[in-house]
Amino acid sequence: MINIVLLSLLVVIAIAIIRMKDLFAVVMLTGIYGLLSASFFVAMDAVDVAFTEAAVGAGISTLLMLVAITMTGRKEKVTRHKPFAALFIVLITGGLLIYGTLDMPLFGSADAPIHSHVAPRYLNDSMQEIGIPNVVTSVLASYRAFDTFGEVVVIFTAGIGVLALLFVPRRKEEDEKIASINDSMHEHHLVIRIITKMLIPFILLFALYVQFHGDYGPGGGFQAGVIFSSAIVLYTMLFGLSTARKVINQGFIQLMAAFGVLFYGCVGIASLMNGGNFFDYNVLSDDPVAGQHLGILLIEWGVGVTVAAIMIIIFFSFAGRRELQQHSENNKNRESL
Amino acid sequence: MITHLPILQVVIPLMAAPICLILKRPQLAWIFALAVSGLAFAISLVLLQQVMVSGVISYELGGWQAPWGIEYRIDQLNALMLLIISTISTIVLFAAPESLDKEISKDKHTYFYVLYLLSLTGMLGIVATGDAFNVFVFLEITSLSAYALIAMGKKKQAVWASFQYLVMGTIGATFILIGIGLMYQMTGTLNMQDLAQRLPEVSQTRTVFTAFAFVIVGVCLKLAMFPLHLWLPNAYAYAPSIVTAFFSATSTKVAIYLLIRFTFSVFGLSFSFTTVPLQTLFMTLGVLGIFVASISAIYQHNIKHLFAYSSIAQIGYMIVGFSISSVSGLTATLLHLFNHALMKSAIFLALAAVAYRVGNVQLDNLKGLGREMPWTMAAIVIGGLSLIGVPLTVGFVSKWYLLTALIEQGWWPIAVLILLGSMLAVIYVWKVVEIAYFKESSGAPVKEAPLSFLIPIWTLVIANVYFGIDTRFSVEIAQAAAQSLFGGGL
Repeated sequence: MINIVLLSLLVVIAIAIIRMKDLFAVVMLTGIYGLLSASFFVAMDAVDVAFTEAAVGAGISTLLMLVAITMTGRKEKVTRHKPFAALFIVLITGGLLIYGTLDMPLFGSADAPIHSHVAPRYLNDSMQEIGIPNVVTSVLASYRAFDTFGEVVVIFTAGIGVLALLFVPRRKEEDEKIASINDSMHEHHLVIRIITKMLIPFILLFALYVQFHGDYGPGGGFQAGVIFSSAIVLYTMLFGLSTARKVINQGFIQLMAAFGVLFYGCVGIASLMNGGNFFDYNVLSDDPVAGQHLGILLIEWGVGVTVAAIMIIIFFSFAGRRELQQHSENNKNRESL
Repeated sequence: MITHLPILQVVIPLMAAPICLILKRPQLAWIFALAVSGLAFAISLVLLQQVMVSGVISYELGGWQAPWGIEYRIDQLNALMLLIISTISTIVLFAAPESLDKEISKDKHTYFYVLYLLSLTGMLGIVATGDAFNVFVFLEITSLSAYALIAMGKKKQAVWASFQYLVMGTIGATFILIGIGLMYQMTGTLNMQDLAQRLPEVSQTRTVFTAFAFVIVGVCLKLAMFPLHLWLPNAYAYAPSIVTAFFSATSTKVAIYLLIRFTFSVFGLSFSFTTVPLQTLFMTLGVLGIFVASISAIYQHNIKHLFAYSSIAQIGYMIVGFSISSVSGLTATLLHLFNHALMKSAIFLALAAVAYRVGNVQLDNLKGLGREMPWTMAAIVIGGLSLIGVPLTVGFVSKWYLLTALIEQGWWPIAVLILLGSMLAVIYVWKVVEIAYFKESSGAPVKEAPLSFLIPIWTLVIANVYFGIDTRFSVEIAQAAAQSLFGGGL
């Protein structure tokens, strides 16, 4: 029942997103869409995925899109073009997807192939082989550790891609000028600033909890990284980019992003050095299960550091662009006066 | 260490990317990237030699037995692909610093090398793995780095071209993921070999048919098969010259590899070609692609556009060979894959040299360049001859094998169409030759490109001629790979 309600809400919101012309509302709706998906995942018992979706889909990506529309404008361009051909293809694709569901095993059926081939070993033996209660973490951090490594590299690639396109080196005096303008702007939000200051330590602490608790409950490096970065993003929004950059400068954050990936990879190299295959944690310690614990702990650190660093890099790059744009607009206004 | 080569092949360039970022200084980053790419090339050579001698190499990541863990699986086909990718990457990278100086602002060079290594990693990873989901992960690395690299182009249009590619590429990747998801649902496994064993049982279900459709359409988007090719010309034309040279030789080839891998190894020959009418469909689209793209190429004013359309036409030849679904047809496709990588990287690298001296690659600005940049233009001419399929070049070898494969099946009309398609190549290559050699130069004379361009360009040109004469190496591997695919091996 709850699934049906959540799914129909998702459909309604998706249609609303397509119909709306006001981009600000669209961004807000995508945030809600993310949150609803997260709830849906919880209802499906995929708590780890829900956690990530809530942090990324509803949290940080909404924020990045907001920064983007402050630069591009709030209204969608009106086009008279009616893409009927595209609609036709979409309908065919949708039809094919529905056609594909006809022969699927029933949802939740115990003898479906996914429950009877590979998964039983994960469920039955992971406790002896890896020794942590959260099977999801066992699968993603040990059985399929290389996929997770790949995912971290995907995030790293995204961050470097954003840097490669948006990075603008600034001269110091210019930077200070921009900072002074922005500081005056941020001083209005006194109440929010104070509350934020109180909140930030708790957010950071929660991030660390999620980081280390991944073995036992939902969580792990991805979620922790995003939560950690959201604290920094919150700070940046209320105290200005220049202030935040004083704490975390560009060179340091890039180093961290690279460090996380390297750290993760080095666990694999260490396995090689100890005579195992790449990412074979059993050889990391005399006791295989202790080795697994150690391996998972270390790679989760790598994930967390890279994810947090890349999220901050992406936000800084977007916000930096926006500041420059405002700055040049101000200059133009002054000239025209 | 030698048993770990399959994983080192991918992990070395992967770990090199963040190290490159730490090195920071562009010059240092370049030397490091070049060394790493060279190392990857050496590893791929050893792997190929091992596979040819002792057969398939399997490597269990994390020490977990497949299908519970991820498996790397190198057979002749994978080894050939690894070699192509790492060779081209190394040769192209050699010319990078000069070309980048003219096209990308200095403070972004390091990011360029990081992304270049990531893109190399992604392609090697797609090819080396024996796990369907792992393919998707590395496909994402390749795609994201490709979008960023293309958008770094000098002109404003680069960003738009990259965005178009991003939309199409994301749809392609999502389709592949949907397909993999559906396969997983019906079999409970992600390992390719395991999938191949378990899919026949459920091959009559609508879900598996849907999975097949999604995977094929997704892969065809990635390989720019006609009519899904629209993203390619602009992406190639506006990308930095070095990126075009690298991608033209590798990225669509990786997608063709995936097409072959999924149809032959995962779904199996009988499903792909009997249950689904893939043969007629691909044969028609392949031939149409050759003609439409070749004719479009004739009307281009920007040479990068011209050769980008020519690439789509060449993909058409590979698709025709693929659709014959015989050992000789597949051999022709694999040969053309190898040979086309050599031709197009030579041509686009020579165009990078032209862009370095002239500033752009508009056809009109080529006037008189045959005398001013004799070595560079000669490289383009030889590459062009190879595209047409003139004897003593690699192009001839692959066309010859393709025609033999077609005649073997008695498909004379198609063979005639292939020959007509080559005639169209004569026209567009002649357009370039005519302007470069028979028109008086109008602007200020330019100098020949520096040696850092000429050495890699001519390495590739010589390879074009060498493998056109001595075909033992390429034909032997292509045949072995095709046979193993037909043997049902994975």
